[in-house]
Amino acid sequence: MLRSELVRALRASSPDDVKPAQVEAMVDIVFESICAALERGDRVELRGFGAFSVRERDARQGRNPRTGVSVDVGAKRVPFFKAGKELRHKVNLGAGAARGD
Amino acid sequence: MEGDIAMTSRTITRQDLVDELHARTKVPKPQCQAFLTAMLNELERAIIAEDTVKLSGFGNFVVRSKKERVGRNPKTGKEVPITPRRVVTFRPSQILRERINGPRAR
Repeated sequence: MLRSELVRALRASSPDDVKPAQVEAMVDIVFESICAALERGDRVELRGFGAFSVRERDARQGRNPRTGVSVDVGAKRVPFFKAGKELRHKVNLGAGAARGD
Repeated sequence: MEGDIAMTSRTITRQDLVDELHARTKVPKPQCQAFLTAMLNELERAIIAEDTVKLSGFGNFVVRSKKERVGRNPKTGKEVPITPRRVVTFRPSQILRERINGPRAR
């Protein structure tokens, strides 16, 4: 699914007072709010779905895979997502029973 | 040290996102709440059914299949098999990475 398909699906099932034209703006607001929170170093916890947080990675010695020259990779902050219990279970259910693989 | 940044960081919840939607669109809060629920449900449905959800500027959710492997009970040190499973991973977009870390990296 792409962002545009998400918008289309939500337009089709648009709840009560939300006009179809507003759906795209609202989708953007949600993602933008999550990004802005992470940028501030905040954590975003969406019960059932999962939690977004920022993790710190230590500086390390990296290596250019082509030349083999080692380079210093500085410490950095990376966005991280941990799926919620409910989502984790539902994804796993699809594996065994329903799909038979 | 690796891990979550603790201290001084706030936790944003569904309620905060509902407030933000309401403040910026003037759509009544109950409808904002219904919208957010519908949006997360749709994302969840697509992650489960389609394995991949690509959100430009934000990131991609991808379901990965893990084979069975040997794990260890950290308390007892006993070896236990970890059953094959499907897990959700999130790969943040370059744009989001740079917003979090600053463009200086790489």
